[in-house]
Formats: sequence, C-alpha cells, structure tokens
Amino acid sequence: MLNRFTPRIFGAVLLLCLGLIGSPLFAQTELSGQWGQKLHEDEPERGAGPEIGDYTGLPVNDQARMRADSWDAQKWEMIEHECEPHPADYAPRGPGDMRIWSDLDQFTQQTVAWHTTIRFMLPQRTIYMDGRPHPSENAPHTWQGFSTGEWVGDKLKVTTTHLKEGWTRRNGLPRSDKATLTEFFIRHGDFLTLVTDVEDPVYLEEPLIRTSNWILDLGDRFFANYCLPSIEVPHPDGWVAYHLPGENPWLNEFSSRTGVPAEAARGGAETMYVDYQEKMAKMPAPPKLPAKTGMK
Amino acid sequence: MNGTVGNPGNLFRVIFAIAFLACAGAVSAGQEKRAADGDQVTLQSACGQLPPGGVCLRLDDGKIELLHVQGNVFMIAGAGPNITVQIGDDDVMVVDAGLAEASDHVLSAIRRLTKKHILFIVDTSADRDHTGGNANLSKAGMALPDASQNPSRAGEDFASGAPILAHINVLRRMSEPPGKESPLPSDLWPTDPYESRYWRIYNGEAVYLVHPPNAHTDGDTFVQFRRSDVLSIGDLMTLSSYPVIEAGNGGKIDGLIDALNQIIELLVPKDSEEAGTYVIPGHGRICDRNDVVNYRDMVTIIRGRIQSLIDKGLTLDQVQSAKPTFDYDGVYGSTTGPWTNQMFVEAIYKDLSGNKKQQPAGGGKQ
Repeated sequence: MLNRFTPRIFGAVLLLCLGLIGSPLFAQTELSGQWGQKLHEDEPERGAGPEIGDYTGLPVNDQARMRADSWDAQKWEMIEHECEPHPADYAPRGPGDMRIWSDLDQFTQQTVAWHTTIRFMLPQRTIYMDGRPHPSENAPHTWQGFSTGEWVGDKLKVTTTHLKEGWTRRNGLPRSDKATLTEFFIRHGDFLTLVTDVEDPVYLEEPLIRTSNWILDLGDRFFANYCLPSIEVPHPDGWVAYHLPGENPWLNEFSSRTGVPAEAARGGAETMYVDYQEKMAKMPAPPKLPAKTGMK
Repeated sequence: MNGTVGNPGNLFRVIFAIAFLACAGAVSAGQEKRAADGDQVTLQSACGQLPPGGVCLRLDDGKIELLHVQGNVFMIAGAGPNITVQIGDDDVMVVDAGLAEASDHVLSAIRRLTKKHILFIVDTSADRDHTGGNANLSKAGMALPDASQNPSRAGEDFASGAPILAHINVLRRMSEPPGKESPLPSDLWPTDPYESRYWRIYNGEAVYLVHPPNAHTDGDTFVQFRRSDVLSIGDLMTLSSYPVIEAGNGGKIDGLIDALNQIIELLVPKDSEEAGTYVIPGHGRICDRNDVVNYRDMVTIIRGRIQSLIDKGLTLDQVQSAKPTFDYDGVYGSTTGPWTNQMFVEAIYKDLSGNKKQQPAGGGKQ
C-alpha cells in the first residue's frame, strides 16, 4: 500500500516545491516590444522644455537653485557638452519612445537581462537580472548608470547607481552623481507605466517621484541617431557658459509671464503638495515684465 | 495582463548549474591561492578582460582595490591617492607610490598582477601621500643601467631600485626647502627629474610625461598612455575635494584651469560624451572626459565668482561669507579636514588678489 502511494506523495511534494520555487517566475511580465510615449503628464517638461527659472513642484534645495540660477543655455554651445544624452532618470521624460527586449539564458530559459533604448540619441540600458552586485565605488559612472532588477509581484523593480551628473529639469536644475534611481516598470495590457524615484543627497530635499507612460506601438521603429560635436558658435578655448550670482536676466521671466508667485517658482519640497496652493494664494503677485523684454 | 511568461525551471538543471558554479568558484579560488603563494600565476590576463572599473583583487580587508582601467593600465585605490600601474612588454610603470604605510599592500597587488619588474615610478607631485611609498616600490624594482650616474644620488647603493621620475621642482621641494634641512629621507626623492615641458618614454606603448606649470603645485606631471588611451593626472583633479591649490608650492588657480583644459584637449569620448579615453584622478573613481569637463566647469565658475567679488572690493571674510562654492559643496566640499571650502576660497582669493588679471565680461573664462 505504502509503495503504491509513495511515488504519488513524492510527486505531490515535488510539485509543491516547484510551485514554491516557481511562483515568483510565473508573476513575471513580458515587457518586450516597441512602446510609444504618451506626453500628457508634465507637458511643459516635454518638447521645447521648461522655462528658465521655473523650479515649481520639484523638491530642490538651495544648492540646486544656485546651480540653476547660474546655468546658461549657452552651455550647449560648448563642444564638450553638445552630445550629452539624457541620463537614465530623465530620458523617459524626453522624446522617449522606447524599445524593450530581453536576454534569455538558453539553458534555463530565464531572463538574465532586460535592455531598453530610447528614441532621443538611442541610449541603451542593461538591467541585470542575475543578482550580480553593483560595481565598486571606484568604477566609472555612465549616463545610464548600472542597473539591477528584481520582480516584485508583477512589477519589475530596477535599482540604478553609478550615474553621471545629470539634470532634474532641463533648465539647469542639477541631479548629482551621488544619486540613486529606483524604478518600477508596470504593464497594464497594452499600456506601460514607469515610476521613477530619484534620491539625491546633494540637490533634493525629498525623493523626486515621477511617472511616465507608453502604449504598445508595434509599427514604430527607430532611425540612426548619431551626434557628432561641431563648433556652432565660436568661443575661446576653455570658455565656460554661466551667469554670475544676481546677473541672470531671465530668472523672473517665468514668474512674471505666468503669474506664479516668485517664491513659488523657486520650488522646494512643499511646492509638490496640494496644501501649498493655500499658501501660494496669499503670496504677492509677481512684477510684470518690462515692456520691451520678455517672451511674446 | 498580457504576455505572462516564465516557468519553474528544471530542478535538476538548476542543481547542476549550482554545482557547476561552485566548482568554477573553487577553481578560481585555487588560482588566486596559487598566485598568492608566489608561483607564476598572475592576474594580468584575467584582469585585463574586465571592463573599465572591474575589480580583480581586494586586499587589506577590502580597503585596497585593484581595478582594470583600459588596455594595459590598472588602478590601485585605497592606498592614499590612486596609484596607476601600467604593464609594458617587459616592465612595469607605476604612477604615484601612495602612502608609505600602504606600500606593502601596493607591492602585493602589483605582484599578484604581474611578475614583471617595476622599472619606472612617476611622482605626479611632491605631496607626501603620493611619494610616501617611493622607497619601498623603488627597492622592489630594477635600476636602469645608468641610474647610479645621477649626481643627486651620488654615493648611494644602486644595486637595485627603480628610478623615480618627476619634474625637477618635485626634487627641489622634497630635497631643499628654502632655508631648512629636508625633512624627507633621500630615498623618497626623485632619482631622475626632468626639467622640460614633456618627457617621452616607451614601455610597451608610448608614454608622455607632461608638466603643466603652476597648477596644483609647480611640479605637477600628468601621464598619458597613448595606446591604452588612459591619462593619470594626479591631484590636478580630485573628486573627493575641491582642487588643492598649494600656493606655497607654486600652485595657481589659473594654471590649474589651464592644465585641466590641456588635459581635456587630449580626451576623446567614445560615444555620447562617455568612455573613450579614461582618466585616473588623484583621488576618486575612474573618470572620462565628461567628468573632467564638469570639474573644469566648476573650477572656472567658482574662480569667476570670486574674481567678481574681488572686483567689487570685498575682503576675504566678505567673499567667504558670500559662499561662492555653496552649490558645489555637497559634491566636493568639506568643512573639516586638510582642505576645507574656506581654504579653497582663500587660496583663490589670495591668488587673484595678487595679480591684475580681470574677469572678462559675460561670464566664462575667456
């Protein structure tokens, strides 16, 4: 009697063990494909980009404000900066149609790495799924950083370190190379949501959490996108673009043009929260633009 | 939910894979053990396959790391400043010797990497943390045939010992402080100083020693390994602090900026301002052109701010109170230790106050 049931018991235990081992794998989601970006969130960030002096709704600190106040858009005339791509934490906000694919281990058929490429300048990321450690603190930093992933339920959680210095907003607000990026790739049918959480001990008062969205777009394709730096506006060797403190003429333009109080335009963690609207309502209106200057 | 994938895997295959990895680990550990025991198994080949920044060895409870940089160039971190190790066809070049107390570990790391002789040691400046290990590394190396002819080392025993190369001002600073007897033993001094702007050496590849005048000090050297496409630049760039401008040793802010610009001219990114030529700074991680450019930008901007405040007639105290480094303090700054934010501002202030060079209008260093 015992012999008759032993194989069945063994089989049941084996199935149970396999089920326990395999359950996280079954929860994995296929992310591969061509994804078209939806631009409905934070539209001013996309396309032409934000205005100078607009720091609203970002948890930036005083150091970040000073960097941004000194920033001069002529930076992009410096040949050394012309071909900088968006870093991993900002690329999804730009022209960010995205392709995702995976590497499979031919033996185990498990995903050992995910890859992403984004339309603007085609930066390629690798997200290692094999549990490898992050590199030494002495290793080089890159625009896309070093990423490892793990499944949390059906969400792909990605942790990225070793990022080059980048930007929180394309008007000079910096993100330091000491920052870490945590992301969740979440698929809902033909929609993909990416939640990004940037923690920067240098320039942020609180974590900066944003979402970006895509829709499956199987007919899309990318074209070659290569940047070759060239002298567009001549400058002396070693020239660096910046404004001295108090001498940036453009800082108040956003506030004056939109009516956003100057204090609110300076951003900070509290400007992210709904309660801030009550405080903002009591602030003085910004001065109007001088008649002969400003944007039309 | 679309496209759910994955399977529980084959248990036996997983067990086999784990067993295979365990065996591979044991073999690898055995190889390292043999290397540590002093036989001819070295890490050069394996380390040379690692990507830039890949760690191939840790010593002293992990405090000291040996990393591959690119080509035949490796970096030892954790022994004071970064130490560069370049392996030629027959010999080894070391750039900066590190702290004296760490030199046994440095030697151990080099010996694990290669059995070739240390034939050259280059000091990028006279700073003690860069030169402290000179004697130990030199003794472990091999002398050039004519090293005993160096008049600065007349009468010494040159039966062994790798030559120590540096700009002539490093020898002057270490051997003859004005009006004082040198506090440093002579076996730390450079044995083969050069006085020109360049010195070219061949060690399996063309190696340029370049002297930028009056930068971090007046005796700086940066080293370019042409085929490996790596520069070792000493304290002309330190990611762990603002640049140390040693005014007492001939350092000047404008010379430092000129040196950084000179270095940038030699750097070629591979793609999208990333990788390509790699740079080993005096302290901190392996860098590429973008890192040096950002550092140059920072120094140039702070110099411009301080010059502007000087032009307005502000005193040193007033300039320091204006915090011209504030936005970079979280990256490079320190309020304690041997080189604080205030000391950096003071060095620039005193340097710029002593010359008549004016900040050009419109920002930027023209």
